[in-house]
Amino acid sequence: MYLYDELDRTLVAERVSEFRDQVGRRISGKLTEEEFKPLRLMNGVYLQLHAYMLRIAIPYGTLSSRQLRMLAHVGRRYDRHFGHFTTRQNIQFNWIKLEDLPDATADLASVGLHGMQTSGNNVRNITTDQWAGVAPDELEDPRIWAELLRQHTTLHPEFSFLPRKFKIAVTAAAHDRAAIKVHDVGLRLHRNGAGEIGFEVLVGGGLGRTPFIAKSIRPFLPKRDILSYVEAILRVYNQFARRDNIYKARIKILVHDLGAEAFAREVEAEWQHIKDGPLALDPAVVAEIAARFRYPDYARLDDNPPELARLRNANRRFDAWLGNAVANHKVPGYAIVTLSLKPEGGPPGDATSDQMDTIADLADRYSFGEIRVGHEQNLVFPHVAQRDLPELWRALDAIGVAIPNVGLVSDIIACPGLDYCSLANARAIPVAQELTRRFRNLDLAHDLGRLHINISGCINACGHHHVGHIGILGVEKNGEEFYQITLGGRADERAELGALLGPAVPYGKVADVVEEVVAAYLELRERPDEKFVETVKRLGVEPFKERVYATH
Amino acid sequence: MTSPLEQKLKITGPVVVTANRLRDGAVVYRTLDGKWSTRLEEAAVVSTVPTATELLAAAVADDISAVGAYVAPVRVGPGGWPEPGNLRERIRHSGPTTVPSVTVGV
Repeated sequence: MYLYDELDRTLVAERVSEFRDQVGRRISGKLTEEEFKPLRLMNGVYLQLHAYMLRIAIPYGTLSSRQLRMLAHVGRRYDRHFGHFTTRQNIQFNWIKLEDLPDATADLASVGLHGMQTSGNNVRNITTDQWAGVAPDELEDPRIWAELLRQHTTLHPEFSFLPRKFKIAVTAAAHDRAAIKVHDVGLRLHRNGAGEIGFEVLVGGGLGRTPFIAKSIRPFLPKRDILSYVEAILRVYNQFARRDNIYKARIKILVHDLGAEAFAREVEAEWQHIKDGPLALDPAVVAEIAARFRYPDYARLDDNPPELARLRNANRRFDAWLGNAVANHKVPGYAIVTLSLKPEGGPPGDATSDQMDTIADLADRYSFGEIRVGHEQNLVFPHVAQRDLPELWRALDAIGVAIPNVGLVSDIIACPGLDYCSLANARAIPVAQELTRRFRNLDLAHDLGRLHINISGCINACGHHHVGHIGILGVEKNGEEFYQITLGGRADERAELGALLGPAVPYGKVADVVEEVVAAYLELRERPDEKFVETVKRLGVEPFKERVYATH
Repeated sequence: MTSPLEQKLKITGPVVVTANRLRDGAVVYRTLDGKWSTRLEEAAVVSTVPTATELLAAAVADDISAVGAYVAPVRVGPGGWPEPGNLRERIRHSGPTTVPSVTVGV
């Protein structure tokens, strides 16, 4: 966990007080909606179809049990007893009342949570690997750098009114679990030929209306330069990006129009002015930030305690869960456990207040009080002793979050879509719900292997449909919901955008088409361990298209 | 932000004026007597550009009660009552279609 200091607490408390005053003035009529809207958005308050929506930042997806308990409380007291974890490692409450928001934000502030920079044209919540600090394949904890960037960009006057929103993701692992190549800036910690650890800097990735995979503009940046270099990128973006057209204002358009090399030259030129100034990082400052990340006092334990093997042999469900939702930890005797928020027939990423409370209690008992949120809309216990896995499994199973479908066909990413969102053209959640029913057979799901279905209810792509192995995008045609389907996208270190399967299909046919695509994959794969994306890569979409459109 | 009054209205059938209530965001409809109601059947239904413009102008002017007023299509149902004219309005009127939802205590 990261421990906030007095500065953080003061900043959040002052914001709550300001916002209380602003809400009061709005309700009394002293502020018009035109005056109030930018103020509420600065605090993560949107107006959606049915109600106000409050988006709360969860920096780099790390939560304490105390914070999760407070989220449960906010859901219960001010909302409809549930929250929705998002693809930005945040949480949203969909039914909150404006008149309750001052009290809700004060309650959240008491545990260091807030909605600042979860909306607006600024640097949004900086995301990272949900296994940060515990993944065996990482060089070091990327959250230290995410936290440095968070501090530097929070309320930064120069970057509070950017041309558009700006998303940064950081990873330090060989396998990219943070989707850095579809971010405005992606930072990859790696070791260079001289054995030093630094950043590869990627820019101009993004989804939405005009998707791009990020381009690498610097293969190796020393750690001391990370703030100044990101500052230089933001300055070039701020200066040159289009402000006349909202659809062309993201950095991806600028990088594409200028070309990555020309963009990189602009950044390097800007950087020369500031690289040796106050933003050059003093190792003592980095050490101070790093010291505020507290790691558990791990016990000395052995891997694979005998009780695991016993229960694996005796209980097929436990065995399936252990093989699917439990990953290796960098410390012997410990494990990383993913809690699936993708039950059959349930809205992806939703958790009830009761579930959140129980998860917080279980985190105290089994994960040193720490929880992570992943961009796939699941939760993670990052520090579980392997000997505790049988007990933990029973407790998670009792509240419905031990489904062994992590990374499988029913582990669907979906945005709120037209059921909640005022921008959406089509529904996303009911499509996901139907697909989880169609693919309820976990034996089939395990046979299919890793298969990510991502669903967005509009072109803004909050459901990351472009990088789904199967991507589903809802559009509206003459007042009816239609869905474009893409195949072969991926969000990891080999990120690619999916290719269009064919003409859009109506709402009632989406699940049938996905079943056809999956059936085609089972016939077309060369061997059982050829993953879905590999088959699409090898054959292209044509054989899938022939099968689907011959049938429909 | 562009005022809805600056946008050209196209009306091809019966419409109502709808918005979200300021205090809690609830979906509301403009009534004939210049108030807001959460009940669609109490909404003023108009079908010409001048009457819709007039209804919308009064709704927009009432910035303290409701937010984001706009003109939405309706159908006139069997009993003569207005019903939502498209999926988006049906969802705004009747709530999310995500059934079963995880919501409890609603």
